[in-house]
Amino acid sequence: MSHRTVKFYQTGTFTVGNRLLPEEDRAVQSGVGRANSLTSGHRACQGCGEALGARCVLDAAMRAAEGNVIVANATGCLEVFSTPYPESSWRVPWIHSLFGNAPSVATGIAAALRAKGRSGVRVIAQGGDGGTTDIGMGCLSGMFERNDDVLYICYDNEAYMNTGVQRSSATPAGARTATTPPVGEHPGHEFGRGKSVPLIAMAHSIPYVATASVAELRDLEYKVTRAMGICGARYIQVHVPCPLGWGSKPQDTIRIARLAIETGLFPLFEAENGKIVERHRIRSPKPVTDYLTQQKRFSHLFNESGSYAVAAIQEIADRNIRDFDLCENICDDHSRLR
Amino acid sequence: MLRQLETSRSIAEAVALCRPEVVCAYPITPQTHIVEGLAEFVREGRLRPCEFLNVESEFAALSVAIGASATGARAYTATASQGLLFMAEAVYNASGLGFPIVMTIGNRAIGAPINIWNDHSDSMALRDAGWMQLFASTAQEAADLHIVAFRLAEELSCPVMVCVDGFVLTHSYEAVDLPVQEQVDAFLPRYEPRQVLDPAIPVSVGAMVGPEAFTEVRYLAHQKQLRALDLLPELSRDFANIFSRPCGALISPYRTDGANTIVVALGSVNGTIQDVVDEMREAGRSIGSISVGCYRPFPMCAVAEATAQASRIVVIDRSLAPGMGGILAADVHMATQSNPVRIFSVIAGLGGRPITRSSLRRVFETAMDDALGQLTFLDLQTELIERHLERERKMWNTGPAAENILYDIQRIAAEIG
Repeated sequence: MSHRTVKFYQTGTFTVGNRLLPEEDRAVQSGVGRANSLTSGHRACQGCGEALGARCVLDAAMRAAEGNVIVANATGCLEVFSTPYPESSWRVPWIHSLFGNAPSVATGIAAALRAKGRSGVRVIAQGGDGGTTDIGMGCLSGMFERNDDVLYICYDNEAYMNTGVQRSSATPAGARTATTPPVGEHPGHEFGRGKSVPLIAMAHSIPYVATASVAELRDLEYKVTRAMGICGARYIQVHVPCPLGWGSKPQDTIRIARLAIETGLFPLFEAENGKIVERHRIRSPKPVTDYLTQQKRFSHLFNESGSYAVAAIQEIADRNIRDFDLCENICDDHSRLR
Repeated sequence: MLRQLETSRSIAEAVALCRPEVVCAYPITPQTHIVEGLAEFVREGRLRPCEFLNVESEFAALSVAIGASATGARAYTATASQGLLFMAEAVYNASGLGFPIVMTIGNRAIGAPINIWNDHSDSMALRDAGWMQLFASTAQEAADLHIVAFRLAEELSCPVMVCVDGFVLTHSYEAVDLPVQEQVDAFLPRYEPRQVLDPAIPVSVGAMVGPEAFTEVRYLAHQKQLRALDLLPELSRDFANIFSRPCGALISPYRTDGANTIVVALGSVNGTIQDVVDEMREAGRSIGSISVGCYRPFPMCAVAEATAQASRIVVIDRSLAPGMGGILAADVHMATQSNPVRIFSVIAGLGGRPITRSSLRRVFETAMDDALGQLTFLDLQTELIERHLERERKMWNTGPAAENILYDIQRIAAEIG
């Protein structure tokens, strides 16, 4: 990563330490001047990765644009838990139109700002994985292709959580959802070919694409800040665990997000103009079982008939490590992990 | 100044005179010429400041207009037929959020069977979406109603569709009096949004509303439309003062004085109807007609008053509610409940079938003899229907109906030789 990764070996935790750092290295979230774009009192579940991600993304964006940000939100958990009538948790100008049109609404906002000569105001569109990788895909691709001046954030919790945990095209193979129940020989969500929207975004050669995680908040803030410094279409996919849908403990959200990175299942990288320029290296990849066993959505895999599925998921992680060149050391022999 | 123009072109000119700031376009026949004209004006710098966006779908086109309107820009798009249905979700959204977008509908049939020609099925499908709907009956009105639409939309913060018969109007060349910029500026003030996305005043637009307030929100949408009925006469007067002609935005009665029979219709067919009325008046028949310029909100009182003396109303619908009949006819029924009047519903011109003077005259004469059925399909080819029904009686796996009917048409033509 091109910014300084902070590791707190002194305490063994990742939560302390801003006060140990020089001012310029401290997180946006640690500053008294943070915008609190998504302020307290909203109705997200305990341990919601999306709420945490959205707050960090928007506060970083607000700092980068000196408060001149307009947000278009797709329908989904984030929209529902933040604006139940007659309340709103947003302290930014915010519009929710439909499930599948947030990229186009953002394009319209950007066009209006251009027509009105307000070049200082920046536009962010955001949605969950359902609103992004499924129903919003057409509008998203159009926004990329035209290189509209919009930063799109996808909060990826790997299923339709707001409607009761149904499968999306971002759901990982093997996961139990309400529409992919593990019955008989069926392993939960089928092993298809998957869909990487970051790679699809890169195929549009847009100026900036990144993946990020709530486990690495400084990295997330850094990538948002970078993206805000660039004009044109930009895309960041943020991995946000969902305790409700994943069947994990609320206090484990960050731990599980980190395991997704450390196993290679969620590679962190940055790409410019369609080429990967930075990746988050893994010192010593962890076996995927470390990640899977923390979540009830994979619990059915840990019996005799599910072992092939665990092996197949390990292969996906190994392929990611190879394809995205994630390994810090030379680790040719991945079999030792199993 | 009178200019001989294709109506699509004169609509583009009228829209440009309204100074839209964001125009988004997805090509669909027959509105394509309108947005092509606007693209040219923006590229030439004639229309400035204005952002012209080519988007990837109709759904995106209206969504871009929603974003632009929410940011305080005057926004415009145009569509038709399948395109209007593809954006249906955004159509409801734009009115629900109260954004004064103006959209031209180049009225066309809806498939299947696929058909690119004119009827009103598209705007009728979205008639309850909370948008106001103005119908142009002439090329001149097609241009003028856009100027009225922007003012109406912005005064009420409610979107407006200007419905223009596809091909019949959009692709016909007629002499049109296009206003000058000063006239339009005098009629249409700068857009002052009621709500705007601005970092200086951060508001949340599009929050979730549950059962505790949803009825009230919908009631306000209804009430807003009723306010349009009060506003339209005033706008029409302003329009007439500045442009020295009526804009046709409410209802336009034609030779209804003392008429026993009144024909009611939307759109360009009113021209043909008026010709038939003239013929029949000359022949001493007591007939008149009403062109309904504002379909949503429906001018209930104006229609009831204008038809109060008539004993018969013939409603020409260029669309069909299968299983029910004429859609405009149902609305006219509602409006005239307290009048002692018989209403005949006539379905005509579906999928581009020409509505001829002779067919109209025949149906009007039959109605005036009280020999017309409650629901009539103008120029229905009963032989084709019989053949198809017979085929269905004889066999189960008849295959696609449209293909069979086309085959029958060829066979009948061959038999005639």
